[in-house]
Amino acid sequence: MSRSAARSRLKAARLGPRDVLHVGSSGLRSRPMRVVLSALGIAIGIATMIAVVGISASSQAQLLRELDKLGTNLLVASPGDSMFAGEEVHLPEGSVGMVGRIKGVQEVGATADLDATVRRTEKIDEDDTGGIGVKATTAGLLRVLRGEVTRGSWLNAATGRYPSVVLGHVSADRLGITKPGQQVWIGDRYFTVAGILAPLPLAPEIERSALVGWEGAKRLLGFAGHPTSIYERSDDAAVQDVRKVMAATVDPQNPQNVKVTDPSSALRAKAATEGAFSSLLLGLGGIALLVGGVGVANTMIISVLERRYEIGLRRSLGATRGQIRIQFVTESLMLSGLGGLAGVTLGAAATGAYAHTGGLPWVVPLWAVAGGFCATLVIGTVAGLYPAVRASRLSPTLALHAA
Amino acid sequence: MSGAADTDTDTGTVVGLRGVTKEYAGGVTALRGVDLTVREGELLAIVGPSGSGKSTLLHIVGTLDRPTAGTVHIAGHDVAALTDRRLSALRAQHVGFVFQAFHLVPGVSARDNVAEGLLYSGLPRSVRRRKAAEALDRVGLADRLHHKPDQLSGGQKQRVAIARAVVGEPALLLADEPTGALDSASGAAVMELLRDLNREGATIAVITHDTEIAGSLPREVRIRDGEVVADIRNPPVRRPMTTGAEL
Repeated sequence: MSRSAARSRLKAARLGPRDVLHVGSSGLRSRPMRVVLSALGIAIGIATMIAVVGISASSQAQLLRELDKLGTNLLVASPGDSMFAGEEVHLPEGSVGMVGRIKGVQEVGATADLDATVRRTEKIDEDDTGGIGVKATTAGLLRVLRGEVTRGSWLNAATGRYPSVVLGHVSADRLGITKPGQQVWIGDRYFTVAGILAPLPLAPEIERSALVGWEGAKRLLGFAGHPTSIYERSDDAAVQDVRKVMAATVDPQNPQNVKVTDPSSALRAKAATEGAFSSLLLGLGGIALLVGGVGVANTMIISVLERRYEIGLRRSLGATRGQIRIQFVTESLMLSGLGGLAGVTLGAAATGAYAHTGGLPWVVPLWAVAGGFCATLVIGTVAGLYPAVRASRLSPTLALHAA
Repeated sequence: MSGAADTDTDTGTVVGLRGVTKEYAGGVTALRGVDLTVREGELLAIVGPSGSGKSTLLHIVGTLDRPTAGTVHIAGHDVAALTDRRLSALRAQHVGFVFQAFHLVPGVSARDNVAEGLLYSGLPRSVRRRKAAEALDRVGLADRLHHKPDQLSGGQKQRVAIARAVVGEPALLLADEPTGALDSASGAAVMELLRDLNREGATIAVITHDTEIAGSLPREVRIRDGEVVADIRNPPVRRPMTTGAEL
């Protein structure tokens, strides 16, 4: 009875996912050293790609974070080129106060370029400026630029009237000034250094300046009172509105003479280029990955040759050709998948080490991890397909030949 | 002839070969028109010297290979009409193999080796493991469930292999030189186990070149040069019971 019922249905049973994993991993479990070596190729390729993408993403994140801290709501008005060649353009004297009254503007500061030069002593030749400009500054400049004084103090109402000077960190370095209280020669007299500024990524021109108080410059250096650069910070939402009216506010008669710039845009552009990872390195990673894939295919072919008896045995136990194919494709997938996992881990660790030593945030983009891992799965399938087909075509009688 | 063909699809007929011929590429003819019928519950030897074609006959009866001419019915199924998938299912459900070289998976326990025999049967894992333990008990290795092949003697390995072959309760058990790699004591014990299984109802064909073993079995099919030269019913021999103690 049961025999005749069984006769009527001859249907190959499906292997469950767990059984597929079981047969697929059986070959790997018996040869751990070979697994490590052939997965290593894939791991190196994926690690290279993850590290390339991760390191550029980390550098970019660092710049964006810096940008975020500095703000993108800073605008600078400066004299543009005159319509008539050779004519020098000045911004009007009262324009700083005018800008401060634009709706949405929170802080205003200004500098004015002076003809004077700054030197360590009067004995140094006047032409030897070291590329340092002397500027008059309003008291609000430091706040607008979100700058900090590393040593000493910023100019106040009192020191701004007297021969005191604040140096940008580059100019302090070039003049050899290390602490406040030292003196430098500006124009025809000594000025006392009141403070030294921290780096200002949004205003590199200030880093290379010696700053004198607005009133002091008028009194001591013959400054006429025309600003050269007006810095303003506004509400984030008002930036575009302020930008529209800024030129007309600064110089209502000749708004075309006023140039308005956005210093954060340069930093944004830099962030974008940092984010564009080196395609050369990425290509190298790709080649490593390809070589790794060939290594996996090679391992699989050898594995099939070595396991002819096992294949014959499985066929005699009732495995279909398809089930033999699945077994070897699964094995290949596991092999490259292991390599992929190791590669992602290695690449993320390399990025982490780089970020840690450089003080950058640790960023490994999810798309790179997912993409890298998918690539290993594709490679595993492709590399395993040919050996698997070969295995499935082996004659099942092989198992019966004595080993 | 038509009468013989009818018996091939009988419920009681496990193996039905009619005029089976096998030629290999290169003009070697391994089998020349072999007729063979094995009925349920039989224990027979297929015996012949090397080169006689008994291995080819084993491949064809085990559905691992197809004949060049003739018909093959195994457990009532016409092998020629089956696709690879259905033929694989036929092997999974109805044929069990025991090999001279055991072919156990190294580094895997006896129980898991036996359970591997049911891997392609569609049974759930827990059932496979339970049946494997039962089969090991049946061959007298209930206390060796967790031993790996390299911790077992040759006779024990062959018992594990026999357990793997019978765990699915196949219609036909094919044993290819089952004692070929064993010393005589272990070999005798393995033959005794096969006799026990036959008494419990299993249909068993032992392929061997050993005429002594062949003579000890109830039926003896002699092969020479690809042809059946004799089909002998031996009188039952009462052999001394061999225990598994010395294994």
